[in-house]
Order: sequence, then structure tokens, then C-alpha cells
Amino acid sequence: MGILDVKDVNKRFGGLQALGNVNLSVAENGCHAIIGPNGAGKSTLLNCLVGKLIPDTGSVMFDGQSVLGRTPFEINQMGISRVFQTPEIFGDLTVMENMLIPCFARRDGSFALHGIRSVVSEGELRSQAEQMLEEVNMLDKRHMHSSSMSRGDKRRLEMAMCLVQNPKLLLLDEPTAGMARADTNNTIELLKEIKETRNITIAIIEHDMHVVFSLADRITVLAQGTPLVEDSPENIKGHPKVKEAYLGEAA
Amino acid sequence: MFGLDKKDASLLLVVAALVVFAPFFLNPFPEASGWAQFNAGYPDLMQRFVIFGIFAIGFNILFGLTGYLSFGHAAFLGVGSYAAVWMFKLLSMNVIPAIILAVIAAGVFALIIGYVSLRRSGIYFSILTLAFAQMSFALAYSVLTPITGGETGLQLALDDPRILGGLSSSDGNIPVPGLFGLEMRDSSKLVLGGWVFTFNFGYYFSALIMLLSFYLSIRIFRSPFGMMLRAVKSNQQRLNYTGVNPRPYTLAAFVISGMYAGLAGGLMASMDPLAGAERMFWTASGEVVLMTILGGVGTLIGPVLGAGMIKYMENIISKINSDILHTWFAFLPDGLEDAVVAMIYPFIGKGWHLTLGIVFMLVVIFLPGGLVEGGQRLAGLFRRKKTDESKTATTEPAE
Repeated sequence: MGILDVKDVNKRFGGLQALGNVNLSVAENGCHAIIGPNGAGKSTLLNCLVGKLIPDTGSVMFDGQSVLGRTPFEINQMGISRVFQTPEIFGDLTVMENMLIPCFARRDGSFALHGIRSVVSEGELRSQAEQMLEEVNMLDKRHMHSSSMSRGDKRRLEMAMCLVQNPKLLLLDEPTAGMARADTNNTIELLKEIKETRNITIAIIEHDMHVVFSLADRITVLAQGTPLVEDSPENIKGHPKVKEAYLGEAA
Repeated sequence: MFGLDKKDASLLLVVAALVVFAPFFLNPFPEASGWAQFNAGYPDLMQRFVIFGIFAIGFNILFGLTGYLSFGHAAFLGVGSYAAVWMFKLLSMNVIPAIILAVIAAGVFALIIGYVSLRRSGIYFSILTLAFAQMSFALAYSVLTPITGGETGLQLALDDPRILGGLSSSDGNIPVPGLFGLEMRDSSKLVLGGWVFTFNFGYYFSALIMLLSFYLSIRIFRSPFGMMLRAVKSNQQRLNYTGVNPRPYTLAAFVISGMYAGLAGGLMASMDPLAGAERMFWTASGEVVLMTILGGVGTLIGPVLGAGMIKYMENIISKINSDILHTWFAFLPDGLEDAVVAMIYPFIGKGWHLTLGIVFMLVVIFLPGGLVEGGQRLAGLFRRKKTDESKTATTEPAE
């Protein structure tokens, strides 16, 4: 039993079997990578975990509770934070405001009428947000409009927004897609640090094998909607089935 | 001050000064001069400035913060007016209960319409609100005639119950709305040389309520609630995945702005105790959208400026007629005079909408941030000139 247990999940879109009998268990405080060629069902699986899609059959248990039928904000309140493939941040707001919203969400739940007290008077949440920004080296940018930042900075901000909530599980959807090498390495360093310093489970979907092998301690290979192999990184590297799935029969 | 930071407090003080001294600077021309018709400092128009200011401030809380464009806000204005007039008919001519009921009725109405309409966003939301408002208009105009007075509108009568007294005025006529003995239409005039300034009780009462509404809107803008509303506008997906449910936030904003509209409607009825279905017509809903965009969407002061500008144009430009144009251009040779007057004529009098349309287009194209952006650019130009002249290298720290 891990912190996240996926059992016999099936998802069909018309004639396409996107997920077929997916079984997956993510161990607590580990870093579990899900890899697979395009169209393997990685994103569909992720969307089933966060409430965007509901599987046709099967169960998804997080921390002893089913997530099925819950909305994304309810699932977030259970302790799952998600980082998107393209950074999703509040572009019209400043970096500091971007950080404060997850802080409010964690403290006050999914809806609260806060009266008409000013945001400025929320000292405790502000210092919490500032501390997190410090950790990702963005404190000097806190008054910037977040839409005017570079993509790497947006990614870091998004990650900081997820981490400030102290989630039990962090889901990363190709966090380095479209990034320059230097930014990719920065992200890897950041994630390694997060893994070491925090009590957190990470599940990552990634194409970049460099990222996967630097971070993961467990890897599941998905092909055509079904898990092919699940093993440690060392064993995955030379696995014949994995080569076949990625490179085709001829290899 | 009042829990506001320095910038917001000074903005509030500036607005307060503007509304207090409005009777003076809206009447810049002596009574006897030919320009007197451009004076806007008469009670009826000044009341409309502040009342539509309230309407637009409330609309901006929804549209400016969440980005949800309601095209049916006039319905709440109408509901507020009807509620207030019914209070005058049944209870008493005191404006306080009338305004309270107007706000509550509009709030309940907004809760129902908002609950249904907010299931959709974008253009579908706008169309849903428009449909509801037009349905309300149709109901008020015909089906609900016993409650709304139908085509003629809801009016006071001598045989209304008014259980708290004040059945008729001292001279036996229909009484007028007031506040503990002071009548809304009470005015005093101040004659200074050629100028006549009018101070109207109804105007100052409305202005006080407008200032309170403005203050409340600043507090909402600066509160965590306001920040969440801006987050709804910016990225609903991220908000959902951050553990926040956007629906109750947008609904709360919708109800608050509906209550502002109800307040404006109640005040309108307090100034002139009758309510007609045309107040709910879709053009009235469109007007508040224009006011907000013209002034500056999402800015604090913008909607008030936009409301003032549109109401000024509606009342002043529509009063210019061809005779006045002829006197203005009398210095030109006859043929040329007629030509110039013929060219300008479509834009005045009943054609004031044409002028409004042109102003609106110019603002949207060249100043997408509305009049507020215009003001900021002017201030920016002025500041740059000043620093160029003094050649001091005092740059503000980049924040």
C-alpha cells in the first residue's frame, strides 16, 4: 500500500482505450516516474488522479480515501498539488499575490468570505509566502507582474505555489518540457532539494530521460494505456520491453 | 486612515472633495451668459451623477475583478426601484426602509439569477444575464402589472396605506420622500455675483451613500476576497488546482454588485418616487457596461468618471439645438455657417448617442484602460517633463 493506489483503472474515449487495467502504487516519500511514448496515456492517467477525468472503472485511493467523483479543488484540499506542462500561474497578479492565494487556500479552505480586512494585514501568511520565495530564490521578484517573467521563472513560481501548501503528493506533468538545458538542470536541482528537505511524495511524468534518471527511485513504463514494467531505474535502463516500446520491434 | 493605505485614502479624499464641491465647479458659467446651458450643477443631474456612479462602482466589482460581463444588471436597478416605491406606498415616505428593502430585494434577485447564470462563463454568461434581464423587463411591463404598474410604471397615490403615517403632505398632495422631516427635493440657493449655486439635500444624501459605497469597494479591492476575484479572472484552472472553488466567489461578487445596483435603484426612486419597466431594458444594462469601460475597467475611480461623463453628455449635448449652433457660428459667412451647422447637427440633440459612440470608440482604441489610463498618461508626461527640466537623477527604486 502506497500513499497513492491506482487499481484496475480503465478509461475509454469512444473507440480508443486510453487506459487499460492500470495498476500503480506510489510509495510514500519516494519519487515515482511514469514514462512512456506519446499517446501512452500518461496525461489521461494524471487527469484521472486530479479529478479532471473520471475513470470508467477502477479505483484511485489517496491516503486511504477515494478521489473519484471529487472536484480538482477538493482533491487539492486533500493534499495533492499539481504542476502543469505549461506553467499555469495567475498572470495578471504579482508574484507575491500568486504565492498568497495558495496560502489562503490552505488556511481557509476552498471558500471563505474574509470580511474586508486588507491583504496587507495578513502578516503570518505573507512571511510564509516570502520564506517560500526565498527558498526558490525569487524573493527579489516578489513585486513583479508574473506574466512578464521568463518561462523558467514561471515554472519555479508554480512549483513554489504548490510547495507552500505543504502537499503530501506533488504531481509534475513534464516539468521540463520545452526548457533550455540550463533551466532543466536548475529544475532538477530544485526538485532534488525538495525531495531531500521535505516530507513529500513526488510523482512525475516526463519525456526527458536525463530528468527521470536523476530523480526517480521507481519507474513505471506505460505503453498503449497499460503499464509495461515497474522497476528501479537501474533495471529499467536495460530492459528489453522498454526498448521495444520506445523504439519499435526492430530494435 | 479608515484601514486604507495612503494612496487609497488620498483617492477617497479627492473623490469626497469632488462630490462636496460639485455644485460649485459644475456651474462654472454665470447664469446670464450664453454658456449657462453647459452648467451641470442642477440637482437632478448631480443626483444622477452619483447614483449612476454607485451603479457603475458595483458593476465594476463583478466585471472589473472577475471579468464576468453581465449584460443584465439593469434588472437589479429596476428591482431596487420597485422595492423602494412599494415601501413608500406601504410603509412611509422615509427613504431609509425603502433603500434597505431595495438592496435586499436586488440581492435576493441577484442570488437567483447569478446561481443559474454562473454555470457558464464568457459569452454564454453574458447572454444568460441578458435573457434574464429581458425576461424581467417583459414581466414588469405586462404580466406583473398589479405589482409593477405595467406600462405607466409604479406611482404613488393619495390612497396608499402608508401604515407609519404621512398619508398626504400638509397641502393635501401626494407626499414626497424624505429623511426624518427633510425632503429630498429641499434645496437652497447661493447667489454670488452672476453665479447661482444650488445645494440639494437629495444630492448630498446620495453623495454620502456614494462615498460609503466607494469606500466599501476600495476595501473589497484590497481584501483577500478581491484578490481571489482577480485570480478568477486571471486563471480559473490554476485556482481550481490550488484548492479554491471559484463558483461561490463569483456568485458572491455577482450578488454584491447586484446589491449595489439595487441601492442605486432605490436611491433613484427616493429622488423621484416612480419606477418604470424601462429601467430594466437592455439598453440600460448596456449603459453601465459603457460607463465602466469608458472610465477604466478594474480601476477604482474609473466607473465613477465614466458614469459622470456619459450622464453629462446625455444631458448637455442633447440640449444643444440648431439655433444654438447658429449663434455659435454666426461669425462665419452665411453659406459656410449653414454648412458647418449641417455637419455638426447629427451629433447633437437627439444625435448625442452618435457623439457618445465616437468618444467610446476613440477611448477603446487609443486608451484601452479608459479615462483613468488617459489621466495616468497625462500625469506621466507631466512627470517626465518635470524631471527633464530639473535634470536630477533621482530614480525611484525598482520594486
